[in-house]
Amino acid sequence: MSIDWSWMSDHTDDLTALTVSHLQAALSAVLFGLLISLPLAVVAHRIRPLRGFLLGMSNVLFTIPSIAVFVLLLPVSGLTRTTTVIGLTIYTLVVLLRNTVEGLDSVPTKTKEAARAMGTRPLRTLLTVELPLALPVIMAGVRIATVMSISLVSVATYIGDGGLGQLFTDGFQRNFPTPVIAGVALTLLLAVVADALLVAVQYVLTPWTRRRA
Amino acid sequence: MYELFTDLGSWLTSGEQWSGPDGIAHRLAEHLQYSLLATLVAAAIGLPLGLLIGHTGRGAFLAINLASFGRALPTVGLVVLVFLASGLSMWPVYVALVALAVPAIVTNTYAGMRAVDPDVRDAARGQGMRGHQVLLQVELPLALPLIMTGLRLALIQVVATATIAAYVSFGGLGRYVFDGLAQRDLVQVLGGAVLVALVAVALDLALSALQRALFRHRTA
Repeated sequence: MSIDWSWMSDHTDDLTALTVSHLQAALSAVLFGLLISLPLAVVAHRIRPLRGFLLGMSNVLFTIPSIAVFVLLLPVSGLTRTTTVIGLTIYTLVVLLRNTVEGLDSVPTKTKEAARAMGTRPLRTLLTVELPLALPVIMAGVRIATVMSISLVSVATYIGDGGLGQLFTDGFQRNFPTPVIAGVALTLLLAVVADALLVAVQYVLTPWTRRRA
Repeated sequence: MYELFTDLGSWLTSGEQWSGPDGIAHRLAEHLQYSLLATLVAAAIGLPLGLLIGHTGRGAFLAINLASFGRALPTVGLVVLVFLASGLSMWPVYVALVALAVPAIVTNTYAGMRAVDPDVRDAARGQGMRGHQVLLQVELPLALPLIMTGLRLALIQVVATATIAAYVSFGGLGRYVFDGLAQRDLVQVLGGAVLVALVAVALDLALSALQRALFRHRTA
């Protein structure tokens, strides 16, 4: 199985466009995943009986094969980018919800009591004390969700989207490995770069974790 | 939407749907075969690797990066790539599923080993235990809950992903998903997806029951 380098150089524009579209889908999913899972995590953290239900639900969603999720969304959102993003968002929820709840759980009760004793309102405590302290664990979830989404976008190739995944269908149909190799390599590259950037973001956002080390 | 669910109900319950080589019973057996074999092979590779890394403390960098690499590797691409390299065989499916499962098993095993209290390890050594005795009699039992979590996670992912076997013209419950997709038959797609989810949940429950049975003597 050899790589056809001239195909690569002839298709740099296509490869760039697919990479950009791939990244857009993955990042939108993580963003929507965060917007949905943050409030749900707060609810699961505060109201114990709902915790098991919410985490259990997200686990069950995780077991449905991604191909099926995309196809089942077709009657709702059609052969569009929306379908890809909704499908991916569902997958990010498991990781984001679990990690955000765990992050909130990890904030010491004494810290919260201190905030309350100083007269800080619950919402303000959440925003300025609990969420920042939970950030390392939440960010661990964001990193996993981002890398996972980047790898999963390809599955949407079955519904005609899928960013770099289209290279897999192309290579499979023509029995031509080069686009498949390019697609796998670019996906891995995207994931590595995105993960490194998130580590940098976390470093900037949590200065207090650095002093100890 | 309501109609879809009643159709799904009759699809799942009709007798003819369950029998024959295209029947649910046969597809279910195929799906279980792919999933369990792949998870077993992945465990045979991942468990010793994770235990070794955790026990010696060497190669932690490898374990952590293997995890991100495994999550980033697009399964569809891997299946197609191995398919183009090896031709029409079961290799692509097993390679992809094992590659998917190994990182989850290695990292959880490693995390479990690392969570063992160093004092306990020292105490075991102080009593004159050898390296392998410490590993097998002290570290392994203490790390078992996290190891089992890794195995369960790996199995769920493998069961959901084994659907892909049908893409390169093999069996399993993915057949309903891909055939339904080709025929624009949503009921069939939904049926396949529901069955896969049920299998994943059932296997997860079975493993968690096994885990509880294994630990009954240790939980206070």
